[in-house]
Amino acid sequence: MIRLEDIYKIYNTGENEVRAVDGISLTIQKGEYVAIVGQSGSGKSTLMNIIGCLDVPTAGRYLLDGDDVGALSDNKLADIRNRRLGFVFQQYNLIAKLNVLENVELPLQYGGYSARQRREKAEGALARVGLLDRLHHLPSQLSGGQQQRVSIARALVSDPSVILADEPTGALDSRTGLDVLQFLTQLNEQGNTIVLITHDSKIASMARRVVNISDGKIISDEPSAAPA
Amino acid sequence: MNIKQYFLLALKSIRTSKLRSFLTMLGIIIGVASVIVLVSIMNSFSGEMSSTFESFGAHLITVNIFGRSSNRTVSAEDLYEWVDAYPDQLRFVSPFIASPVTVKNGTKSLTTTLNGTGEDYDKIRNKEVENGRFLGYIDMERRQKVCVIGSYVATELFGADDPVGRQVRLGGDIFNVVGVLKETGGGLQGGDDDCVFIPYTLALRMFRQMSGVYYLSASDGNQVDSAAALLRSKLYQVYQSDDAYRVASMNEMLTQVNELLGMMSSILVGIAAISLLVGGIGIMNIMLVSVTERTREIGIRKSLGAKRRDIRGQFIIEAAVTSALGGTLGILLGITGAYLVGRLLGFTVVPTPTAILMAFSVSAGIGILFGYFPASKASKLNPIDALRYE
Repeated sequence: MIRLEDIYKIYNTGENEVRAVDGISLTIQKGEYVAIVGQSGSGKSTLMNIIGCLDVPTAGRYLLDGDDVGALSDNKLADIRNRRLGFVFQQYNLIAKLNVLENVELPLQYGGYSARQRREKAEGALARVGLLDRLHHLPSQLSGGQQQRVSIARALVSDPSVILADEPTGALDSRTGLDVLQFLTQLNEQGNTIVLITHDSKIASMARRVVNISDGKIISDEPSAAPA
Repeated sequence: MNIKQYFLLALKSIRTSKLRSFLTMLGIIIGVASVIVLVSIMNSFSGEMSSTFESFGAHLITVNIFGRSSNRTVSAEDLYEWVDAYPDQLRFVSPFIASPVTVKNGTKSLTTTLNGTGEDYDKIRNKEVENGRFLGYIDMERRQKVCVIGSYVATELFGADDPVGRQVRLGGDIFNVVGVLKETGGGLQGGDDDCVFIPYTLALRMFRQMSGVYYLSASDGNQVDSAAALLRSKLYQVYQSDDAYRVASMNEMLTQVNELLGMMSSILVGIAAISLLVGGIGIMNIMLVSVTERTREIGIRKSLGAKRRDIRGQFIIEAAVTSALGGTLGILLGITGAYLVGRLLGFTVVPTPTAILMAFSVSAGIGILFGYFPASKASKLNPIDALRYE
């Protein structure tokens, strides 16, 4: 369902060019749980931005569910982010002045759902992360782990094809981080496709498949040594 | 997202930063309020002017004759004849001669204006008699030494006593007071109430001069212009020159005054509009700051599927709501201000619905206009750069 063909992302084309992604080809099937691992500067974040349709590659072809993303307009890309992708960021990226429920409803607002549908779906997603009792709290009133669960609920709410998690445990202590990871595993067992980006190979080992990246190239791609 | 959601979002954003929103609105508030106050004052002022002119006699036509030659002349009798001959256009005429005079009652004396007029002058100029009667036809015929006095003269010479039936000295002659006029000019010295009326026939003889000024009234408000035209053609027939006379109707003067007032009010509104413009720039400024501050929020929204038009709509509507809210506060302030200024100036100032509606739509329009640039800037942000923004 995700198919990258010879993707390049090159900054400062010319003398000091930086090849953040240097000819990567990768296929991810529906239902997979893939970890992309690499040191900082390895190009893993750029790769994730490309997969997440937040950035466009300099060269190469990206097919998402068979659609060539490179050929799509700004509005179509926004639609894809809205319906087919769910993001979980390191810094949670919740909107501070909106309460938990409003934050989770946000993707549905842009998706054009009615107020009742939004409420139902958002409550459903918050129930899955166990935060139904915090609907009207502001993000600042929640702990880091709770905020990350809100952002997972937001990623889940529009039933995306892929959940992209960029260092989801980076800002959490190891115990809450583990909770979050176990929750992602659980989501994968329920059939969600998950792409996890991390610098920590221990965390990566929670996934079923580990792709190692260095200097914008794939150096290894194998099943996880110890699937959780 | 639909319009309603944008509105809720805008209201939320304004609520969360009340002080800043208020300061942003201040320019619009002041602009709108000053437009309303100025337009209302100008409107009420021109209304006041019209009614003042009407009190002079709405149907009034003034004829000035300068031309004097032995063989061509127009006399009072000619004008009386014309009025009789053209009842469709003209109703009354009165010759008018004015001269300063000293008027005495025993030892009390004052200098006032002596007006020699016909018996219809009171009807032409809307003068009302408080007590007694105005000059009559028989007074003209017989050149009777009778006079009607203004209220200022009455109080100065007779105090609280009734002057009717008493006698005054005008120049060297003794006159019977037959009437006192109602106060119209505030009872002030040198005003409308500071004068004495005597038959014009007598005044002509006393001053040994011809009357050069005639007041006429048109038969009907709609006939003023045709009556003035008739008089012009009649006078032209006699004098064969435009320079010998002047015919002016109150209507024409009113039109001129209104034109002048209109020009003044557009200048004032123009000045107020500049403050609206400045207010609009204030809005643009703060929206640009707000876009920069919320870069990360814009990035998050974009990563969740917000399209350019969603982001643009959000910021434009926020600007428009801020501006329209400022406009509403400005309208309230303007209405209050208009009433206060009206009380201060001593006449009723009523804010016109047009001024209010215009002020409101202009302020909302300014929000949209000046909100567009920051909003469009926000919508074009690259989602990744926006997400990484600290």
